[in-house]
Amino acid sequence: MSKDIKIKKGLDIKLVGEAEKTVEQAIISNFCTIRPEDFHSVIPKLVAKEGATLKAGDVIFYDKSNEDIKFVSPVSGTVVEVQRGPKRRIDAIKIQADKEQSFKDFGAFNMDSDTAAVKAHLLTSGCWPFIKQRPYDVIANPEKSPKAIFISGYASAPLAADLDFVLSGKEAELQATVSVLSKLTEGQVHIGIGSNNSPLAGMNDAVIHKVFGPHPAGNVGTHINKIDPVNKGETVWTINAQDLVVIGELLLTGKFNPERVVALAGSSVKKPRYFKTRIGSEVATMVYDNGVEKDGNDRIISGNVLSGKQLKPDGSLGFYDNVITVIPEGNDYELFGWNKPIFNKVSTSRAFTFSWLNPKKKYDLNTNTNGEHRAFVVTGSYEQVFPLDIYPMQILKACMYQDLDEMEALGMYEVAPEDFALTEFICVSKQPHQDIIRKGLDLMLKEIG
Amino acid sequence: MGLKSNLHNLKEKYKGTKMAPAFNAIHTFLYLPNETTHNGTHIKAADDLKRTMNIVIMALVPCLIFGIFNAGYQHYLALGEIEAANGFLGSSFWTMDNLIVGLWQVLPLVVVSYGVGLAVEFVFAVIKGHEVEEGYLVTGMLVPLIVPVDTPLWMLAVAVVFGVVIGKEVFGGTGMNILNPALTIRAFLFFAYPTWMSGDKVWVHGAKARDEAIAVAKEAGSSLEGLDAISGETILGSLAQNKGLLDHSVMDMFYGIIPGSVGETSTLLILLAGLFLIFTKIGSWRIMLSSAIGALVMGLIFNGVISSGLITESSKFYGLMSTEFWHHLLIGGFAFGTVFMATDPVTASQTNKGKWIYGFLVGFISIMIRVFNPAYPEGVMLAILLMNVFAPTIDHYVVQGNVKRRLKRLKVKTA
Repeated sequence: MSKDIKIKKGLDIKLVGEAEKTVEQAIISNFCTIRPEDFHSVIPKLVAKEGATLKAGDVIFYDKSNEDIKFVSPVSGTVVEVQRGPKRRIDAIKIQADKEQSFKDFGAFNMDSDTAAVKAHLLTSGCWPFIKQRPYDVIANPEKSPKAIFISGYASAPLAADLDFVLSGKEAELQATVSVLSKLTEGQVHIGIGSNNSPLAGMNDAVIHKVFGPHPAGNVGTHINKIDPVNKGETVWTINAQDLVVIGELLLTGKFNPERVVALAGSSVKKPRYFKTRIGSEVATMVYDNGVEKDGNDRIISGNVLSGKQLKPDGSLGFYDNVITVIPEGNDYELFGWNKPIFNKVSTSRAFTFSWLNPKKKYDLNTNTNGEHRAFVVTGSYEQVFPLDIYPMQILKACMYQDLDEMEALGMYEVAPEDFALTEFICVSKQPHQDIIRKGLDLMLKEIG
Repeated sequence: MGLKSNLHNLKEKYKGTKMAPAFNAIHTFLYLPNETTHNGTHIKAADDLKRTMNIVIMALVPCLIFGIFNAGYQHYLALGEIEAANGFLGSSFWTMDNLIVGLWQVLPLVVVSYGVGLAVEFVFAVIKGHEVEEGYLVTGMLVPLIVPVDTPLWMLAVAVVFGVVIGKEVFGGTGMNILNPALTIRAFLFFAYPTWMSGDKVWVHGAKARDEAIAVAKEAGSSLEGLDAISGETILGSLAQNKGLLDHSVMDMFYGIIPGSVGETSTLLILLAGLFLIFTKIGSWRIMLSSAIGALVMGLIFNGVISSGLITESSKFYGLMSTEFWHHLLIGGFAFGTVFMATDPVTASQTNKGKWIYGFLVGFISIMIRVFNPAYPEGVMLAILLMNVFAPTIDHYVVQGNVKRRLKRLKVKTA
């Protein structure tokens, strides 16, 4: 029962600096950093203390509230530093990588195993954190059984890595993972693809949906809403397409090898292209050799420009990210910027903003907010870029005044912060929509669970 | 570069102090601030609230300029010193004399409206420590356009203070108010000083002063020579008294060369402004269209009542009820209210479906009040204020539709 998904509401933000389709091996990073903050709502319990030597696949820490969920080292090496924040919170675990990588052997997985064995294998091998759940957009609870699993094979965000390109040649790993995942749900595994060239197009044990339309057509939240929305008491799981490869390799070879093809993109990058690297690698190994100036006034983002995380120059690739975007900072004043005609920025209105004249033009946007934070005033604009069957402003306001009943009624179980990235982008009042939704979800998780 | 860095240094120096919001308000008029995004979206679209508000002000400027000329024109016309203008570009309309009288009367209204209103905004921003928000930029322009030309300035100042404080700031400022502030100001004036806001002597500059001069002369028993009373009746006022359209043609009404509040007479310019707001995607076409439909429907119903013979010419409602239904769009403040006031995003319905209902009812009730209100034959102000109050209710039911659909989905599953 394959069903195509067509959306009209949305916005493709076209930016300068799309990655050229060639893959280079990144310089091997000496250090690998794992940040527990990548795993929202996880409180880490450290296993590998400073000085411990690890193989790739050895446990670094586990989740305090669910000890089965283990987080393993992406590299073999020595733990050199555990950075702590206030109240001894663990901010980062820094591992110095060995010259020769060695892997812990989990053994090739018997593909005919039952559900319990699949779960146990993914949990012990550190692959479980790749699986996230809705509601709440956190790591999936292994005790639950989801009604469906969603995978998006189509990245529609600005400057996103082209999944068709990144995943090509990995069909065996993908198929192994999809088959295994299909055992975890009573329902089906749904895969959204952008074109028939997708390596995911021929997967067995899954329902393939073709997706059409502007961003957020590729967001898994859009697929869930159009195919099988989350109701109260239900759970769906989601997993990023590129992580299927890591899981697939584990299943087939027994090695946890979190290698990833990452797009380096953005207008500050002189030679945007793809790199082969690992989770947790320092971005400095890729960024500065490719035309980003070392003292330049740039923003380095792990992830895409809409929902990625800001990195310091010594930062490292996030656990779930497959793009590094570098764009100019916008920390400068602009004379009469609020009333002069604007040709070089994107806008959905025509208020003397002229991006509607040339929809194909690529823009070089910086991080300026283009205005100050205000209360919600303008109505009706969010709906134009928000394809879900949810009232965006109403649900944001419900989150702000923390009315749990209303949040639930308006569809809070169905959303993740990234679904509100476009409304945040166009917001005239410059409200932090994703942050509001994240806090709302956290409140619900705490109060309702 | 000098100015930019000097202002930046000043801003840094006074950061966190009480007066910082006041300084920033002025600073941000000159320069788009240097704020950057943090986490969340790292890039933002070009529009901010200042730009949005600025578009509305630009749409209002032609109405203001026309209103200035019209104030002078109506004054001289009533005095009998000039011929009636023939059409929109009539030679006796766009004259220097009209401009001077108009400027003399209208500019002080604009200055007082902005001066007093922004002063209140600044005071509240400093007390509450938030930034000065842009809402009043539009309100301040709307207010002078919707009052009679001879409104005393102190009266306007009192009304603006009332409107901004009670209409907006007590609810938490821009974006939180329930009633449209400009209409709150207008309603305050109307209920507090009715003799200055209605009747046939307030719409033309000089009419009221002349009336008083005649009264004084009569009292003193001196000669009344050269002291003819100036009549400046609006079309609505005349229709309400079953006196017909006076001698205004339909095209006069469309062009706006008729007596009325300062900026609301020219349906032509308001229509263009409305199209501009729709094109720039700032104004809601749903509200404007549905409001016009609502007004036409109500007008047709009244016309139907007349043609069925239920109301005879002796009825006091005959004049307005028998007005051709589409004339209602041209006369009075209906067009202005629909384009500029009903579409205020804060006080209107916020859902798209709600906007259709809200707009329709604004139009429908405007004409109903216009016909049945004996005291003041204009309904659009009260209709919009009434619908402002009901807008959250409309939204509630529209949103409940979505909520019910969600619950139904769950029930189908569990059944």
